[in-house]
Amino acid sequence: MYQTGMAPPQGVWWKPAHKSEKVWATVAFVWCMVLFAMMPIWHLRGGQNPSGIRAKVDPAAFQARVQEFIRDYQVDTDNGFPVVAPPPGSDVYMIGQMWSWLPVLQLEKDVEYTLHLSALDVNHGFNLYPFNVNFQVVPGYDYGLRIVPTEAGEYGVVCNEFCGVGHHLMVGKVIVTDPARDGSANNVGATTGEEQTSVASQPTTGTEGGTQ
Amino acid sequence: MNPFRKCPTTGLAVHKDADALIKANAVAATVALLIGGVTAVLVLLTRWQAVHLLSDVWFYRILTVHGMNMLIFFILFFEMAVLYFASAVLLNARVAAPKTGWVAFVLMLAGAAMVEWAMFTGRADVLFTSYVPLKAHWSFYLGVILFAVGAILVTTIFFATLVVAKREKTYSGSMPLVTFGAMTAAIIAAITLLHGAAIYIPTFLWSLGLMEVDPQVYRLVWWGLGHSSQQINVAAMVAIWYLLGGLTVGAVVVNEKISRTAFVLYILFISMASAHHLLVDPGFGPSWKIVNTSYFMYMAVLASMLHGFTVPAGIELGMRLRGFTQGLFGWLRRAPWHDPGFSALCLSVVVFGFVGGITGVTFGTEQINIIAHNTLRIPGHFHATVVSGTAMAFMGVTYYVIPLIFRKKIAFYGLAKWQPWVFSAGMLVFSMAMTFAGTFGVPRRHWDVTFSGAPFGVEYSAAVDLLFAVMAAGGLVAAVGGAMYIVVTVWSVFFGKPLGDETTQAALAGAVPPGLYTRPFTELPAGTPKLKEHGKLGTMPGTMILVGVFLLAFVVYYFANWKLLSAMWQIG
Repeated sequence: MYQTGMAPPQGVWWKPAHKSEKVWATVAFVWCMVLFAMMPIWHLRGGQNPSGIRAKVDPAAFQARVQEFIRDYQVDTDNGFPVVAPPPGSDVYMIGQMWSWLPVLQLEKDVEYTLHLSALDVNHGFNLYPFNVNFQVVPGYDYGLRIVPTEAGEYGVVCNEFCGVGHHLMVGKVIVTDPARDGSANNVGATTGEEQTSVASQPTTGTEGGTQ
Repeated sequence: MNPFRKCPTTGLAVHKDADALIKANAVAATVALLIGGVTAVLVLLTRWQAVHLLSDVWFYRILTVHGMNMLIFFILFFEMAVLYFASAVLLNARVAAPKTGWVAFVLMLAGAAMVEWAMFTGRADVLFTSYVPLKAHWSFYLGVILFAVGAILVTTIFFATLVVAKREKTYSGSMPLVTFGAMTAAIIAAITLLHGAAIYIPTFLWSLGLMEVDPQVYRLVWWGLGHSSQQINVAAMVAIWYLLGGLTVGAVVVNEKISRTAFVLYILFISMASAHHLLVDPGFGPSWKIVNTSYFMYMAVLASMLHGFTVPAGIELGMRLRGFTQGLFGWLRRAPWHDPGFSALCLSVVVFGFVGGITGVTFGTEQINIIAHNTLRIPGHFHATVVSGTAMAFMGVTYYVIPLIFRKKIAFYGLAKWQPWVFSAGMLVFSMAMTFAGTFGVPRRHWDVTFSGAPFGVEYSAAVDLLFAVMAAGGLVAAVGGAMYIVVTVWSVFFGKPLGDETTQAALAGAVPPGLYTRPFTELPAGTPKLKEHGKLGTMPGTMILVGVFLLAFVVYYFANWKLLSAMWQIG
């Protein structure tokens, strides 16, 4: 005997499920296991995982580390921001603060770096334009992500966590060079004459040099 | 004086205190909805870069107001009304502690007023999430605490009412499924509100300079409130799905065991979804992220998929038992689509499942979150769940609550019939456009995505401009749908014609939803027809096909996102 969900069931309601329900419950369960398995599988086989190297850090200490990093490897200035070209494969730093990202990073294509992200004051959000890659940047925490830039070009870093009234002005920059195509990695001074560098264009895929 | 009145439509004995408390909370919810709705339009017209209405300061301020009113005040006031309804009304019982109920109501009202004051006077430009160390005035945190204490009291009264009903034997057998679902919501509410206390009390003290709060710990515990409160919505919404199914077409419970087990799975696992917001945070490792974001192997997703089957299956079976046996979808074709309760139910189920559910599970996958976190994909997702799902279901049930509890006819009933369609269509277009804009990386909570004045230029694809225009069009249509709801409900409640004791179709047609005079929920027709087997599709073939289509859409969207992710830089 069936009744609506508004009526109190009488007697024992723990009864065998309907055949259709059993079929669907089985299918749904299997799908849930697929959903669950995909995450560990991607850790083993996939190229994009948000694991990183994670540590607590004093915001002031992190800022000092960033300043040292800029002092050691600065090659240029872009719109008032230091452009830093660290050695391939090294630890690189970017700090979010109200309302800018520091410094501008100049990296090489197909080289692994450990990108350390942290914030000086409040939460910020790292969003890499035009690739849609996002990480939370939390003050007091060092998020060290091993990244391999796979395409040369200029990238914007948009802040995507509300951080106060100047939030929408917070845009940083990452330049990825292709040494195979550009000659020397440090040879990007060509872009510095411009007042405002636009990263509006899609990054070039390096069709000439990339195939070598 | 008899504290009960006998409902002429349902035959239930309704406690007059329950009546009054439901009314008060429903009215407060509607006021919050109105504030949230007006601010929604202001936010929309600012994000639509072609209009860009508000200044930067007012945009973030109004966005804070919109979030608090919609996600906290509207939803929780309405849920308080649902708790009184599902306990006292459905169980024929008295409210265990009506005076405490009023104290709770006043606390919630005072807390909400305090928060509104802090927000509108610019003392709390911190958005809904108020991530520490971004600081608001202490009155903002204190207001939230008062509101939460009130909500905890109502939750306690709900449990006490269940005990009273059982002890005073106001019903026989087990509690109805709808009450069971509301109880699930209440248990999740208790868990949620404790998280709220655990984070807002320290944050309140921090705002007074009395203690420190770690930003990452804040995000962890705050989302125990922020996400779990949306899981109260899910449980309450599913309970209302079962209620509306019963009221509108006499939907049956296919199997009590399956539906109740699914609710229990919610209680056990759904609160782990706090992790959805922490997948690309530095404070947690991969094992923690995987276990938590998947609600321990997707057990809460399994629960939702079960409800997603049993709700339509209950409708199909209910209709077939009443003789609508033609073909696979005869039951659906001949359903009362002109009943705003029924159309709201179906639209809520479909948009919640297909858009909200699929995107939610996909974005909540540890790695896929890299291409979703804090982009417009996230508000795209939750407008499909909380608004098109929960709010739509709440709106649908209101068309039954007004005659049943307020004892008023529905004013402008012609408008009410169209309201769910307008609202749901608008929200569907809005949330899909928003989600697609997010795939281009457009950030959420952002005043100016042309980045004028920023040191480096970023220019989104022209498709984003188009998507903003589509989003604006959908949002404005939804706002019209929301306004229709407010006009109909406010007019009915305050200026509507009393219903009297009429129950006949002649007296009620065109004044209340048809379920109230056809009364499919009273009992099944005599001589129950035998159910026909449709080959492998069984006795509920229409539902089997519908869930099959759902699963297909799920699989396609999920793996498309893995494909999208694989094109990114290598990150590890």
